[in-house]
Amino acid sequence: MDNLLSIVTFLPLFGAIVLMFFLRGDDEMAVKNAKLLTLFATGATFIASLFILQEFDPSNTGFQMVEQAGWLGGLTYKLGVDGISILFVMLTTFMMPIVIGASWKIDHRVKEYMIAFLVLETLMIGVFLSLDLVLFYVFFEAGLIPMFLIIGIWGGKDKIYAAFKFFLYTLLGSVLMLIAMIAMWYDAGTTDIVKLLNHEFSAGTISVLGFQIVGGAQTLMWLAFFASFAVKMPMWPVHTWLPDAHVQAPTAGSVVLAAILIKMGGYGFLRFSLPMFPVASDIMQSFVFFLSVAAIILTSLIALAQTDMKKLIAYSSVAHMGFVTMGIFTFNQQGLDGAIFQMISHGFISGALFLSVGIVYDRMHTREIEAYGGLAIRMPVYALIFMLFTMANVGLPGTSGFIGEFLTLVAVFKVNTWVAFGAATGVILSAAYALYLYRRVVFGDLIKESLKGITDMDTREKLVIAPLALFTLLLGIYPALVLDIIGPSVEALVHNFETVVGAADTAAPNH
Amino acid sequence: MMPTIVLFGPLMGALIAGFGWRMIGEKNAMYVTTGLLFLSAFLSWILFFGDYDHVQTIALFRWVESGSLSVDWAIRMDRLTAVMLVVVTTVSSLVHLYSIGYMKNDPQWKEGESYLPRFFAYLSFFTFAMLMLVTSDNLLQMFFGWEGVGVASYLLIGFYYRKPSANAAAMKAFIVNRVGDFGFALGIFAIYMMTDSINFSEIFTQGHHLASVSFTFLYMDVNAAEAITMLLFIGAMGKSAQLFLHTWLPDAMEGPTPVSALIHAATMVTAGVFLVARMSPLFEYAPGTLAFVTVIGASTAFVAATIALVQNDIKRVIAYSTMSQLGYMFAAAGVGVYQAAMFHLFTHAFFKAMLFLGAGSVITAMHHEQDMRNYGALRKKIPYTFWAMMIGTLAITGVGIPLTNIGMAGFLSKDAIIESTFAAGSGVGEYAFWMLVAAAAMTSFYSWRLMFLTFYGKEKGDKHTHDHAHESPMVMIIPLAVLAVGAIFAGMFFYNNFFGHDVAEWFSVAIYTNHETNHVLHDAHDVGNWVKVSPFIAMMVGFLVSYYFYIINPAFPKGLATRNPGLYQFLLNKWYFDEVYDFLFVNPAKRLGHFLWKKFDGSVIDGTINGIAMGFIPFLTRAASKAQSGYLFHYAFAMILGVVGLITWFAIFGGAH
Repeated sequence: MDNLLSIVTFLPLFGAIVLMFFLRGDDEMAVKNAKLLTLFATGATFIASLFILQEFDPSNTGFQMVEQAGWLGGLTYKLGVDGISILFVMLTTFMMPIVIGASWKIDHRVKEYMIAFLVLETLMIGVFLSLDLVLFYVFFEAGLIPMFLIIGIWGGKDKIYAAFKFFLYTLLGSVLMLIAMIAMWYDAGTTDIVKLLNHEFSAGTISVLGFQIVGGAQTLMWLAFFASFAVKMPMWPVHTWLPDAHVQAPTAGSVVLAAILIKMGGYGFLRFSLPMFPVASDIMQSFVFFLSVAAIILTSLIALAQTDMKKLIAYSSVAHMGFVTMGIFTFNQQGLDGAIFQMISHGFISGALFLSVGIVYDRMHTREIEAYGGLAIRMPVYALIFMLFTMANVGLPGTSGFIGEFLTLVAVFKVNTWVAFGAATGVILSAAYALYLYRRVVFGDLIKESLKGITDMDTREKLVIAPLALFTLLLGIYPALVLDIIGPSVEALVHNFETVVGAADTAAPNH
Repeated sequence: MMPTIVLFGPLMGALIAGFGWRMIGEKNAMYVTTGLLFLSAFLSWILFFGDYDHVQTIALFRWVESGSLSVDWAIRMDRLTAVMLVVVTTVSSLVHLYSIGYMKNDPQWKEGESYLPRFFAYLSFFTFAMLMLVTSDNLLQMFFGWEGVGVASYLLIGFYYRKPSANAAAMKAFIVNRVGDFGFALGIFAIYMMTDSINFSEIFTQGHHLASVSFTFLYMDVNAAEAITMLLFIGAMGKSAQLFLHTWLPDAMEGPTPVSALIHAATMVTAGVFLVARMSPLFEYAPGTLAFVTVIGASTAFVAATIALVQNDIKRVIAYSTMSQLGYMFAAAGVGVYQAAMFHLFTHAFFKAMLFLGAGSVITAMHHEQDMRNYGALRKKIPYTFWAMMIGTLAITGVGIPLTNIGMAGFLSKDAIIESTFAAGSGVGEYAFWMLVAAAAMTSFYSWRLMFLTFYGKEKGDKHTHDHAHESPMVMIIPLAVLAVGAIFAGMFFYNNFFGHDVAEWFSVAIYTNHETNHVLHDAHDVGNWVKVSPFIAMMVGFLVSYYFYIINPAFPKGLATRNPGLYQFLLNKWYFDEVYDFLFVNPAKRLGHFLWKKFDGSVIDGTINGIAMGFIPFLTRAASKAQSGYLFHYAFAMILGVVGLITWFAIFGGAH
């Protein structure tokens, strides 16, 4: 299959088109068919993506299964996969059937809802597979639109405010990225990412408006990309859109947002910032460390004060992404391995946590922590599942949440003990806010009248969350499943980085 | 093979009871977990009597591999492991058995609520995690067990999850332990940085090297061996409830009593001592840390004992007693006699588990009354329990014949520690010696106080409860009897192995002693006779004072408390540690979180962004109404379809190869 990557990328879109043109009416039957068809399309995409995994050779650190074609006006359509990107693709295709399964109770404009998610899936996969700047940019930015609609149409009562906050925040970052991309094309004469990875952007100090800019053009481009990725991630202090977006988004929207969309920021750092602007990345290391530790400590403290379940988990996401950015900018094997692992793992864990909130929200129509208490008595299965993911979120060894945190911390300790010290306090704070949430929602006596009739998870809900539970444990006990795949590519990335930065250091010892 | 069965038997039990009880029934869930634990215990005793002149490693499968960091799931068998296996599985199997009786008809639960399989699954899971901790051959797997027992402890302290106090205690235990784990984790990072490995077999050869190098930690230049061991010890302080990180242990008594016996007396809380002993190849090269360990241990032994003097809740007295005894163990490890620390760990497991299980039996008899002021004269009503508690008290207070090796378990192991601290000949050693002797007197006082208030004197409190006090069923008495055997004989029987003639050969490679600097184990046997009899005298003093206070002149203690209200309140309120911590850490964290959320995220960041976006707002409102009416939806959709349609066309027809 020569077009495997394209097939995986556009299969969901194909499903969306079928839905759009061949499914008429809004009676019960049509609604049901829309759901089934979407589930089928996402399921088929997942199965197709398994072929990518099967064909993938981890020991080959270059791009594999590359597809290339001409496009508009000399632009290139180019897809490919390597050890850095493959698991993000798998994460996306794996999560989408779960997301659709979690959306089974949607009853408002079902067809459009399903189309939005299918289109979103194509765009997300496209981001991770694109090997051309323009193509990447199209996927990266177009992904905003379905997400914007998902929040804006199927969201909660302040959905419009949240949708626009999300949209503007991320768009503003992206405009800067576009400018940088044009500059890159101007400098290197190509938009081919493979070629750009081998291009050396000038890093000599330049002077702009009287300011000396160390790292020159690299630093400027790095900052422009950073603006976009930092917002996506989201890094402190440009994270404030995320809690609002999560609170207003429907459950499935939150899951996609937390599990996949925000990972684009981390992927961007790994695909662009580090390999293309190594000198600038090196210069900016302390800056990123500072923001990462600030994210870990400050947003954890904020999580402690939350009264809304989703907001709490959203803030916890920001804190966990702090470990990712910290790990990436250690520039060593454990740091990058840990960062990627943390992103994959956080996809499962935060996805499951948002699903858990959705489960009680569907029953009680409130996310206020105060409205709950004592659920363990009537919902034992839920209590178990929620406990598992709470502990995974806390980074308990034996769950996938531990491996990423451990690796990034062990990596950063070698670089800067202050950063390690600050970030490690996150393990105390995360225990505090996560257990505090669990205690208020699940433990205690069940005395609230409204909760007396609450029912435990049904079969569909169990089926939706079971794969996440399985992988959270499996990856915690046998992380080689991930580390073996990403290891060689990460090693090559680190090696190239060290070569370039080492050479730059010798050339300009006092930068 | 055998260690693997010992290790995974309890895990199987936990899974079967936790997930399969609906199929096999509640009763069978209990029997299966208990049966598997007895199997583990049986095999552990076989392993205990094996020879360990070299380390045996059983690799299970790969765990974390990233660059030069490579860690397997593996079992390390040496003497330390063998000792811990016996302690853990023996106490755990007896606690399982005891729980079959104790947890029946628990009044915390309503009719038809199923709690037994969950309880037994947690107990077995705890045992598994504890076994992972002690069998680990690397720091990461140890950390897995370390956190695993933390979770099990959290779940079991909060087992009565309807009770707010139980939930609070569970959370507190987990979070305070995490403070310790924070240190532990930093220690692991530092070891990896300095030695490029976290496997015991590799780092244990590096002690000498680490003592000669330094690294920069938070702008300070620190000696590698000192810094690493200090960080690891912070972890040990959390898990073993040493001074400053101890506040969770008394609260942990919210859990069911068998849990207190297993986790918060015999096994989990000793993990810190085990850690120090296990890491002896590094601690031996860190004299600064060792001095710190001694001071903390001795101070803990003393402070905890003072608090135990005045507590009224029977379980809290034993909890503070546990904390105090753990302090003894650290004091021994701190002066370099890890063997004595392990000896006391070993004997303490028997008599402390027995005291807790005995207390559980008293509590059952008294219809869940835990205040000793409402006990009295129970000697005749629950005779088996009384004798068990009596043996436990004789063991913990250290009754024996001075200047011989004949005595109850605690007599031999506690004296070994006290003699070791004196033999250290250092300033901290002397400090520890006097603190521990003083603590020995207090131990005797509060232990006898507990006995006198509970079993002697007149009936106090609710008459109805006293009338219906009854002995516990055999399933609870048998574990007490087995532990009694240990409490009497464990010291005499194994003295030579842990502290006497055979000690070097017996521990072999499991404990490292730097013979250039450390002769304390040898010197401990040559201390003066006054040193050897001093704990005995302290014990007698404690007993006599207690006898006077609670038998001869029962009105005296109340008068004493009234005459010294400040001191009494200070002790009763546990030196006000909780209050100080709330003031210093807990409340500021909450306030800071709220401030950051409302003021910083809300006003500063969003304020700035909204300010920038002000120009957009009229546009936003219009767009918003359109979005709701659906126009925007179609518009956006057409746009995106245009873009991706084009791409698809090229993908399929554009000649992709």
